[in-house]
Amino acid sequence: MPEPLLSLRGVETRIGRYHILHGVAFDVAEGGLTMLLGRNGAGKTTTLRTIMGLWRAAAGEIRFAGRDITRLATPDIARLGIAYVPESMAIFADLTVQENLILAARAGPPDAKRLDWIFGRFEALKRFWALPAGNLSGGQKQMLAVARAIIEPRRLLLIDEPTKGLAPAIIANMIAAFAELKDGQSTLLVVEQNFAFAQQLGDSVAVMDDGKVAHTGTMAAFAADTALQQHLLGLGMGEHQ
Amino acid sequence: MSLLRAALSDDLPRSRWLAIALVLVVLGLALAPFAFPGAKSLNVAAKICVFIVLAASFDLLLGYTGIVSFAHTMFFGIGAYGVAIALTRMGGEWSAVAVGLVAGLVVAIVLAALIGLFSLRVRTIFFAMITLAVASAFLILASQLPQLTGGEDGLNYRLPAVLRPSFALADGTFLGVRLNGRLVDYYLVYVVSFALVLLLLRIVNSPFGSVLMAIRENPFRAEAIGYRTVVYRTIASCIAAAVAALAGALLALWSSQTNPDTTLSFDIMVDILLMVVIGGMGTIYGAVLGATVLLFAQNYLQDLLGIASQAFAGVPLLANLFHPDRWLLWLGVAFILCVYFFPSGIVGSLRSSSGPRASLSARDASGPKDLKS
Amino acid sequence: MKRDWLPWLLIPAVGLLALPLVGSLASWVTLSVAGLAMGLMIFVMASGLTLTFGLMDVLNFGHGAFIAVGAFVAASVMLALAPLMGADSLWLNLGAVVPAVLAAMLVSGALGWGFERAIVQPVYGQHLRQILVTTGGLIVAEQLLKVIWGPEQITLARPTALRGAFLLGDVAIEKYRLLAVVVGLLVFAALALTLNRTKLGLLIRAGVENGEMVEALGYRIRRLFVGVFVAGSALAGLGGAMWGLYQETVTAAIGAQVIVLVFIVVIIGGLGSIGGCFVGALLVGLTANYIGFLAPKVALGSNILLMALILLWRPQGLYAVAKR
Repeated sequence: MPEPLLSLRGVETRIGRYHILHGVAFDVAEGGLTMLLGRNGAGKTTTLRTIMGLWRAAAGEIRFAGRDITRLATPDIARLGIAYVPESMAIFADLTVQENLILAARAGPPDAKRLDWIFGRFEALKRFWALPAGNLSGGQKQMLAVARAIIEPRRLLLIDEPTKGLAPAIIANMIAAFAELKDGQSTLLVVEQNFAFAQQLGDSVAVMDDGKVAHTGTMAAFAADTALQQHLLGLGMGEHQ
Repeated sequence: MSLLRAALSDDLPRSRWLAIALVLVVLGLALAPFAFPGAKSLNVAAKICVFIVLAASFDLLLGYTGIVSFAHTMFFGIGAYGVAIALTRMGGEWSAVAVGLVAGLVVAIVLAALIGLFSLRVRTIFFAMITLAVASAFLILASQLPQLTGGEDGLNYRLPAVLRPSFALADGTFLGVRLNGRLVDYYLVYVVSFALVLLLLRIVNSPFGSVLMAIRENPFRAEAIGYRTVVYRTIASCIAAAVAALAGALLALWSSQTNPDTTLSFDIMVDILLMVVIGGMGTIYGAVLGATVLLFAQNYLQDLLGIASQAFAGVPLLANLFHPDRWLLWLGVAFILCVYFFPSGIVGSLRSSSGPRASLSARDASGPKDLKS
Repeated sequence: MKRDWLPWLLIPAVGLLALPLVGSLASWVTLSVAGLAMGLMIFVMASGLTLTFGLMDVLNFGHGAFIAVGAFVAASVMLALAPLMGADSLWLNLGAVVPAVLAAMLVSGALGWGFERAIVQPVYGQHLRQILVTTGGLIVAEQLLKVIWGPEQITLARPTALRGAFLLGDVAIEKYRLLAVVVGLLVFAALALTLNRTKLGLLIRAGVENGEMVEALGYRIRRLFVGVFVAGSALAGLGGAMWGLYQETVTAAIGAQVIVLVFIVVIIGGLGSIGGCFVGALLVGLTANYIGFLAPKVALGSNILLMALILLWRPQGLYAVAKR
């Protein structure tokens, strides 16, 4: 079995006096899309932030592409080829759409072909190219946040709730974009509440409960096991939005 | 013993060395007129009393409530000018003192409430900047209204008869000291200061004080539990302002002259800051020791530096470095070192023999930095 | 988020409001130029302070030290080049002023670098200690200035070509104030261009809005911050040098005196906003001069009044920086 692209072992994270992660452990295989699921407050967002170095792991180990990144600073983690889309999107409202993407492209001016592909998926970004990003609607901001993460090829994308509050048409575009990214060289780790969306895209799952990973496996197997879903995600996950 | 415990509001020194230091200060000041006769030492002793109160009231803000105000001398000045103006206008009578005191207190409390309600709802830094601006405007105002305040020169006035040097309490001398109005004045300052420090101890150890500290630790949490942080902080700054005004009134009653330099200037503000931080924030006792140490340094460190300066007389920069007027340089360095390494100041260092104490850094570390907007 | 021009309109509004009150057009022009000169000098000093706050939530209460150091260094250089200063030629005069200003910026910038490492860095994210420690830094710096340059104030005459005034009809415009306006506008233009047209500027603006996300995009915000801190200190040095020449005296207290105005400007503008800082500085400069003419008694309190009015209108300052 090849070494996973990303692996977490025994990761503990504390925020102030709160102990949030209690020994999180799971792997993300290269080239696939792993869904990180769980109830609200299970620790999904904290896990992504800890991988990104935005919270410090108090214990445990995080390895990326064969390298220990547990103690690296956030910019250095990003420079290894990890992009992050936070739940709040964190777009720069004062900067235009163009300027947001210029910053996201570290290597130089954004590549024209890649930009065309992004415009194909997220047409609104082209339309509002020169407008302050603060003027965009919620869905358009989400597109920009994702576009920022994929403006240059990255090995691993960490995406926190990409479908939150999006219209179905945009979700379809998002699904298509993620599928294309997967076909390219990117690996994705996506936090999701929308189980329909998760089921369509996910290759494998890691399900968190109370600061730990309670289940890992293939998406197909998890989707079939309604009892396990019930147990880990609670009732009515299908409608959960 | 239980009487003492009650007087100190159960907030005991909790360290033998701290207790000894405090007893030395209290006794030293009580016996100062007889133990250290002379006009200069009596003046230093009275100023120590006044500044202990002033610094302790500042500690209520800085140490217990976690807010930095650069306008604390403004309230000190308001108290001093209240009494000074009344004594100048109405003559050296106790009725004038009462009128001035009440007027000063009212102005100080109203102003503190206004500033607090206006700017305490925002952040520490914002409040610090606004108070600095207001205090500097007030200083200018005081020098721009010469009819009322005497401008830059300040006011000279007669004290009530009992406090004048010409008043004789009894004929002759006691232990070689003349029993005149100065002595009465000194003990008035001493007793009132002592009472005010005990009052502040009572306040910080009351339920109200606990709420202040809870707010200091985590304002969001305190608000979530249901405490209106703005209201509590504003009340705390009103109390601090009132006590500072009382300290100012004591100074006006002691020195029979009041001017911007001795009551309102930024230099005084720096002094208080040094006293509280070097003495130990959030302890009240720290203000007692800090004020004593700083005033000693101000009055006697200069002599020491003079000796050092002479030793370096040939070396140009070193001689300046140890020039007697540069005492503030060394206290400034001590101040910075205190903030970094001894956040609980002298009191903390004295107490550390009886087990480690919560340091400021632990309680000041800001809560989780959240990415969520 | 539309571009918000309302605060900018305040500047001409204040000017127009003052015109009938001042009465004479000639006096009004003189006062306006004086106000703009004062405002722009304060802007030069305040720009770095507001940006460092925006980027890292650091407010340096010791910023006044850099202003004072700039003034002293510039004064020393100009006194050393006294023959050039006294010469009756603008070019020879500039031969003294330019190196003096450059030296001031260099020394202040270097000092800023040291200050950031030694004083500010250990207390990131801890506001209370930050205020205390940077204030302590100001106390020590002020004393050290006295150690190096002596406790007396230094008298500094302006160079020959910058004394006196231009006369346009019956309007008198002091030459030095005009220079201050030009320099201030150049600094503003350079800052605006950098912030809006370069990647570095984009990074700074993005960092002010959300530093964490800038890091997640792979940029080291610490380095960015140190760079801005040093540049801001150098600008404070430039402002101090200009202020010293404006006052024609330099004392160790210069930093503490000006810092109050600088704080008022930063608060009025909205902490972290460079545009707000610019508008705020001009408003402070103009009102101080108009009111100084109309009612000298209340002139010095006018800044506080202005600040209170603006905070009543916009509690976060003219331009609230969208924060996290």
